Amino acid sequence: MSVLVWVEHDNASVKDATLAAVTAAGKLGEVVALVAGQGAQGAADAAAKIAGVSKVLLADDAAYGHALAENVAPLIAELMSGYDAFVAPATTTGKNIAPRVAALLDVMQVSEVLSVESADTFTRPIYAGNAIATVKSSDAKKVLTIRGTAFDKAAAEGGSASVETISGKGDTGLSSFVGAEIAKSERPELTSAKIIVSGGRALGSGEQFHALIDPLADKLGAAVGASRAAVDAGYAPNDYQVGQTGKIVAPEVYIAVGISGAIQHLAGMKDSKVIIAINKDEDAPIFQVADVGLVGDLFKIVPELTEKL
Amino acid sequence: MKVLVPVKRVLDYNVKPRVKADGTGVDLANVKMSMNPFDEIAVEEAIRLKEKGVATEIVVVSIGEQKAQETLRTALAMGADRAILIVSEDKVEPLGVAKLLAKVAEAEQPGLVILGKQAIDDDNNQTGQMLGALLGWGQGTFASKVEVAGDSVDVTREVDGGLETVKLKTPAIVTTDLRLNEPRYASLPNIMKAKSKPLEQKTPADYGVDVTPRLTTVKVEEPAKRQAGVKVADVDELVGKLKTLGVVA
Ligand SMILES: Cc1cc2nc3c(=O)[nH]c(=O)nc-3n(C[C@H](O)[C@H](O)[C@H](O)COP(=O)(O)OP(=O)(O)OC[C@H]3O[C@@H](n4cnc5c(N)ncnc54)[C@H](O)[C@@H]3O)c2cc1C
Repeated sequence: MSVLVWVEHDNASVKDATLAAVTAAGKLGEVVALVAGQGAQGAADAAAKIAGVSKVLLADDAAYGHALAENVAPLIAELMSGYDAFVAPATTTGKNIAPRVAALLDVMQVSEVLSVESADTFTRPIYAGNAIATVKSSDAKKVLTIRGTAFDKAAAEGGSASVETISGKGDTGLSSFVGAEIAKSERPELTSAKIIVSGGRALGSGEQFHALIDPLADKLGAAVGASRAAVDAGYAPNDYQVGQTGKIVAPEVYIAVGISGAIQHLAGMKDSKVIIAINKDEDAPIFQVADVGLVGDLFKIVPELTEKL
Repeated sequence: MKVLVPVKRVLDYNVKPRVKADGTGVDLANVKMSMNPFDEIAVEEAIRLKEKGVATEIVVVSIGEQKAQETLRTALAMGADRAILIVSEDKVEPLGVAKLLAKVAEAEQPGLVILGKQAIDDDNNQTGQMLGALLGWGQGTFASKVEVAGDSVDVTREVDGGLETVKLKTPAIVTTDLRLNEPRYASLPNIMKAKSKPLEQKTPADYGVDVTPRLTTVKVEEPAKRQAGVKVADVDELVGKLKTLGVVA
């Protein structure tokens, strides 16, 4: 089987999410990586070094610069005549593009794959991860998105694939990129961080969120996350949201501060190795999944903890 | 401009899903069902566009069992104008749903189709993008802001790194994220009024669409349970735990 993998990148380097997708794709067959971008030679060279990648296809065109689904999906669909499966990481980019590819190929996508059971059978979470479905696809070609926390990352170095330049139809004229507000942070990225400190509604304001959560995170070298309630209230930006409809994380340690533990939040973090919860309500559902719980007022506990670390 | 809003009837988000003992799925007997929360946001956005004078008519459509009529009535009570129910007692996958919606869109000629980004039962996050492909329209997925201007629409999207704005030629597809708006509750008089709004019934065969599933569910299981943990008494004990876990030196 030959598998085409969507490489998530910023034109210069490859994003970590790609590495788990390469591992998943490798379970199906030979992996060819597609780098679609603008001025993306750097990303293509980086993709060529990923262990397990046999070839890199580079489609370099202004139309692919911002990974607009309207432009890249036809490129991928055309390439797919030579492949048996298309695999993308289940990032916002992958989720935007893959179903558009699937429909162009008349294939029913399998979303957020957790494991590859065989060439046509996969497991995936449903109902916010409260159930795991095993599904078998009867489509001749497969289109899959991969949950990054469910697969080991392929080694970013060690491979030596060749880079082949290709071209597609380019701009479909359906959409254009206007702008982006991408947060720059010195902290580790949420989905690849080893430790995460997340704050909830209990923080009460953006000022208090940052005054309490940030110093604790920085002491631990951790990334900062948030519940939906904290994001909705404007205490933290949208890209901090962990959960069913936010980011899925599985760090070594997840520290939930003033988060109740709604199923939608648990869906995003319950596969963390160690969960630590700080909450004043001893019956909060978060304690049902926490390895270590501390009942009390976060406004006292968090500063003390930060100081004692 | 007409706006088309597909809505799905799903297990209410406050209900804890229970896997059936025979492993065939999640138990939906005698549990509260509601409109998918993201679809409520889609209906609300369409209503706001109508209130601004951008949208002229809101058509809601559901593909599902007869009981999905309730979901459509809810959307009508919120402020949609008319409803279409494409009846299928069997589950229709996103690809089949997208094919049916493409037919509805061809007949209705909306300027926008606003969908929820995902349904909270199957968590697929596919239908809007698939519909975009089938119609050859642009797609603004995971929207937190929608601004229609002339024959284009600017959509601000919630992406992994923050926010991104794209401009789409209309007609176009929008899929909603949580922060696009806060859906209104239907008032009692509007719930009464909704009962007499038109609700048309169709079948997949009426549209000539084959909705045979491509995926078969082999089994559905509960996820691995986490072991219950311990409670510590104070911060010193917590720091001690963090040390044994190797989190801090
Ligand atoms: C369609 C849909 C999708 C959703 N997706 C997500 C998602 O992706 N991610 C997500 O997080 N949520 C999501 N939600 C929302 C979810 O249902 C909850 O509403 C949300 O997670 C609650 O956030 P919270 O725990 O911060 O707030 P709350 O539930 O209000 O909890 C606050 C907690 O803080 C504690 N507390 C209060 N004061 C203190 C104090 N001084 N010291 C210590 N503890 C204190 C309280 O005991 C309480 O447990 C979704 C909901 C829907 C309907």
